[in-house]
Amino acid sequence: MNGAGALIKVLENEGVQVIFGYPGGAVLPLYDALLCSDIKHVLTRTEQSAAHAACGYSRSTDKVGVCWATSGPGATNLITGIANAYLDSTPLVAITGQVATELIGHDVFQEVDIVGATTPFTKHNYLVKDAADIPRIVKEAFYIANTGRKGPVLIDVPKDIQEKVRNYDFDVEIALRSYKPNMEPNFRQMAKLEEAIKDSKRPLLCVGGGCMLSRVSDKIIELSNKINAPFVTTMLGIGAVPTDHENCLGMIGQSGLKAANDAVESADLVVVLGARLGDRATGKHNSFARKAKIVHIDIDPAEIGKNHNTYIPIVGDLDVTLTKILKMDIEVKSNEWAADIAEWRKYVETTGACCENGLDPKDVIEALSDGADDNVILTTDVGQHQVWAGRFYRTKTRGSFITSGGLGTMAFSLPSAIGAAMANPDKRIVTIVGDGGFQMCLNELGTIKQEELKIGIALFNNNRLGMVRELQEHFCGARYSSVHLESNPDFSKIAEAYGVEYILVDKKDQIDAAVKMLLTPDKIVMVEFDIDPNANVKPVKAGE
Amino acid sequence: MKHILSVLVENRAGVLHKVSGMFGRRGYNIESLVVGVTQDPSVSRMTIVIDGNDNNVEQVNKQLHKLIDVIKINDITKTAISRQFAFIKIRCTPANRNEIVVLANIVEAKIVDVSPEIIILEVTGDEDKLSNIKALFDKYTIAEMVQTGVVAIEKGTSSLKV
Repeated sequence: MNGAGALIKVLENEGVQVIFGYPGGAVLPLYDALLCSDIKHVLTRTEQSAAHAACGYSRSTDKVGVCWATSGPGATNLITGIANAYLDSTPLVAITGQVATELIGHDVFQEVDIVGATTPFTKHNYLVKDAADIPRIVKEAFYIANTGRKGPVLIDVPKDIQEKVRNYDFDVEIALRSYKPNMEPNFRQMAKLEEAIKDSKRPLLCVGGGCMLSRVSDKIIELSNKINAPFVTTMLGIGAVPTDHENCLGMIGQSGLKAANDAVESADLVVVLGARLGDRATGKHNSFARKAKIVHIDIDPAEIGKNHNTYIPIVGDLDVTLTKILKMDIEVKSNEWAADIAEWRKYVETTGACCENGLDPKDVIEALSDGADDNVILTTDVGQHQVWAGRFYRTKTRGSFITSGGLGTMAFSLPSAIGAAMANPDKRIVTIVGDGGFQMCLNELGTIKQEELKIGIALFNNNRLGMVRELQEHFCGARYSSVHLESNPDFSKIAEAYGVEYILVDKKDQIDAAVKMLLTPDKIVMVEFDIDPNANVKPVKAGE
Repeated sequence: MKHILSVLVENRAGVLHKVSGMFGRRGYNIESLVVGVTQDPSVSRMTIVIDGNDNNVEQVNKQLHKLIDVIKINDITKTAISRQFAFIKIRCTPANRNEIVVLANIVEAKIVDVSPEIIILEVTGDEDKLSNIKALFDKYTIAEMVQTGVVAIEKGTSSLKV
């Protein structure tokens, strides 16, 4: 068996069913070995999409996503997707071909130092120097990617290592003496938490992406009911809990809902669950939840106290920790702020759209939200439509909202939908994308057609790079610079070229029928919504 | 305040890049970093000196811990014996050579090379000692100087083990 065969065998042992990738000279042995495996390969139209698709696959299944690419440009094209996975703590194993060991360092054809390049945004990475290490390294990579704070791990495999024929020992132990994620919360801090909850009159739960990864949706709702605490979410937290729950006040942050931000401002206790309290969620440094004791629960000790001072730091696995919290004797009967919350909920969020210029995106998202059942997974691109989705889309189940939160990566929509569709043939996958983002990944229509993936594409076209335009409106005195896409193509022809059914919606009364098409199973369809270019996200500062 | 961190890491290629890269990326300044193998050939020990407030140092600690190749970290600022090492190459003339030799003996600098126009001193000591000696010889012509960063070990019975 050669090294490539050994690598594929370990992938099989790890339960890998799908690899997203793009071939090239330095991965010829891998592609050859793959022909002898049951692992399905999805040929994306660029390596970046392969990494995003692996993310979408992972986030819709709780499995480790796998992508691979050849050396040099193949590897560098993966980088954005790897960084995206790192910022959103998505378990990913990325495999790259590398030039032969003896040529490394000679700047030969398609050689880059991808291990050096990805060190800042991989959880760990490897250059395989001895073929005998393949089984151990691949096993370790999956273990590291999918435990503790999850994240991407890259394995760079020189071509001669892939070709190395020898006896491979697959019965190897992982050897990571330094890596032991701390699962159990500290009992003293937990005792403090118990007291803090009992003392609290206005407790609030803040749900982050960690809740998605730990699968604690039910426990959060149980806790929310038990201590009479509403919950808010970060952008990534939307996928972690059903946000249509009556206790949910929606998304916090710069682009969040007023009800959610006001609750953060007036709470006397905020229990942050698996969130890193990034600047988009909290605003200025140390201005988050100023009246509250902040309890921060996270598996990654480095997140606690990094961005905000914490009253009670708790390092631990969310599932383990929440199980313990739910056993505490902490019925909080106080409903001191129920009236306030009810008042905030009445606030009507708008986008500033006026019907003469095009559709109000809120109408589209709400129609989608109302029409979607718990069988729908929504993925988004990045920009205004993403924030509108974050604000107005209500998820029904955990894992039904996939977006690029930390890195904010345009061109995430179609590839992540491809990943989700590969993993969930029984679910309806819908993706929302702006006209800017779509033109960064429309080549993936080819992948969608080739794999016959039943995806509904909602193209929000305002002929703008709307988010940046809005930032320029607010912060540059409406001096617009390079944000107008004046020669957008005829998207119907692009759909036609790829053999994708296309619908144009430019009137409000057409929205419901089009949304129905988007949500129809077994349909590959693109709906172009003619969005009012004046519709904005309108950043709301906490307390305003 | 300066902190001395003793860090045990896997003795593998690329680990130094991962550690030093983390400092640069997160905006922490390394004052000095010395790395060498330990009594266990699979483990290297880094002595890292950083300047920062307690919060910075706590973050450095946590971020270092996140690196898979980092095995153990100990802040030994308060309990350490620390040393640096330097060579100082001084230009001399027949007229001032004796004077330099006498001074070197007084400050316990070892003379490791002598030629008609050059004396090379070997100096070991803590940061203060090294800077004092350098100041002392500044009035002569220092042709060249090279020094290591800090290596440090905890006093007493406690020892940093894997």
